[in-house]
Amino acid sequence: MKDVTFGQYFPTKSFVHNMDARVKILAVIAYIVAVFLVQTYHFLGFLACFAFVVIATCAARVPFGKVLRSIKGILFFIVLSAILQVFFNTDGKVVFEWQFIKITESGLLSAGFIIARITLIVLGASILTLTTSPVEIADGLESLLSPLKVIKFPVHEFALIMSIALRFIPTLLDETDRIIKAQKARGADFESGNLFKRAKALIPVLIPLLISSFRRADELADAMDARCYSGSKNRTKYKKMTLSWRDVLGLLIIANLIAGVLLLNTIYLFPWVI
Amino acid sequence: MRIEVKDLKHAYGESKVLSNAALNGVSLNIEEGEFFGIIGQTGSGKTTFVQHLNGLIKLQKDSGSIKVGEFDFADKKCDFRALRAKLGMVFQYPEYQLFAETVKDDVAFGVKNFMPNISEEQTEQMVKEALTTVGLNYEKIKDKSPFELSGGQKRRVAIAGVIVTKPEVLVLDEPVAGLDPQGKRDFIALLHRLHKTFVKTIVLVSHDMDLVAENCTRIAVFAHGNVLLQGTPKQVFADEPMLKELGLELPVTAYLTKELEKIGVNIDNDYTAQSFVDALINYYKGGKA
Repeated sequence: MKDVTFGQYFPTKSFVHNMDARVKILAVIAYIVAVFLVQTYHFLGFLACFAFVVIATCAARVPFGKVLRSIKGILFFIVLSAILQVFFNTDGKVVFEWQFIKITESGLLSAGFIIARITLIVLGASILTLTTSPVEIADGLESLLSPLKVIKFPVHEFALIMSIALRFIPTLLDETDRIIKAQKARGADFESGNLFKRAKALIPVLIPLLISSFRRADELADAMDARCYSGSKNRTKYKKMTLSWRDVLGLLIIANLIAGVLLLNTIYLFPWVI
Repeated sequence: MRIEVKDLKHAYGESKVLSNAALNGVSLNIEEGEFFGIIGQTGSGKTTFVQHLNGLIKLQKDSGSIKVGEFDFADKKCDFRALRAKLGMVFQYPEYQLFAETVKDDVAFGVKNFMPNISEEQTEQMVKEALTTVGLNYEKIKDKSPFELSGGQKRRVAIAGVIVTKPEVLVLDEPVAGLDPQGKRDFIALLHRLHKTFVKTIVLVSHDMDLVAENCTRIAVFAHGNVLLQGTPKQVFADEPMLKELGLELPVTAYLTKELEKIGVNIDNDYTAQSFVDALINYYKGGKA
């Protein structure tokens, strides 16, 4: 229950921690674009992206293990998509054949490609969540989305919903842990039986969890009311976000990454350029 | 069932650094028939300790030993579900664990888990008994939703859900938190009623010194993952400097006894309200005579 690293802030002081949240969000989006720009089967581009992750992790002074652990949560998903690629991509030279199973070169290549792509995206995104507190992310998003106010999109409320949701994840995890223990003490069994049985065994956990969430929501609404919260109108910020040299430098590095990936693509597609 | 814990250690988180240690070698024996109290500050390891007793927290490697009756936790075949049927546990705010559509179904949850082969009629009989024991009217309440009850009723239903399988040992973690004085008194009376019938041993974790002094036969004081003191309330509350250092208070009776001592009135008592009053009356009668 407590091993959910994806989305957990790692508080320390570093170059990346001190960057503006808005810039970090933009940088991650740009980074994901860079990962997707990498030409099919051209792994050099991935190497460039990975180098970027390593540099960013060093600059963020976050232990590598923390970043790598973010993959654990979606490992199943990665493996599944790789297996699908290996077995269902049957173009190209056959490497291995046994009855109806046919593994081809391009199947293996595309599996490797998918693994590299998903892994790199998750690694990059986890650097954002490790170095930026949920509140900062929500504030950054609010600021980035503020142009949408023109079309009457409730940007502030949206950001508030986001930050409340993020804030309550650990609380809900604790609560879940407690309820599971209480029901186990009454003999509940979550570990045996088929899938259907196990799903049914979760009802005594989910219902109390849902009810306590409603209770919490009520209490939170009262607490906000008691402090005269009235939405986005005329609301000032305690922490003003300002751009600094770090942000410019960060964006330059990202721009370099994209340029590098594009350059590598060009070399790959048109080798005679060099 | 005798509870025998030897040198129990537990650390939260992945690294086994000392700062993560919730328990640093706790050794404690609780005999059958005791009304055992566990006191200590928040974070002293009380809850971690009691959650070990029915295997909700797994015994870590090389971290001591636990034996509850014939259940030896070191044994790989130790059947924790069978143990949990015999050792009931009431959590803080137990009403938060209610989930079923009707009170009857919720109380029957434990029966269905622990005794899957029992007949419908027998189950109903057990549920009826449990609800009556906690002081609720079975016929009136059985078909209500647990969520439409009052706070006090919810807690009773939750406790009925724990005692329905007649556990020999009952472990309670801060059971009176959030109850009004009357609710508290009723609850303590219920515990004593249970202790006289099928519940042989009660382990009570509490911050409330008066409650512990009044009801427990023996007390253990937890601090920083260790047991610093254990003994009868009289022995434990005699060590005022130690308790003060741990940020714990004395029960009112012990406090008054100490204050009276300062003005030269020495009354020896067990720190229950009754024995305190008796000793005081005795002193004045003796003084006048």
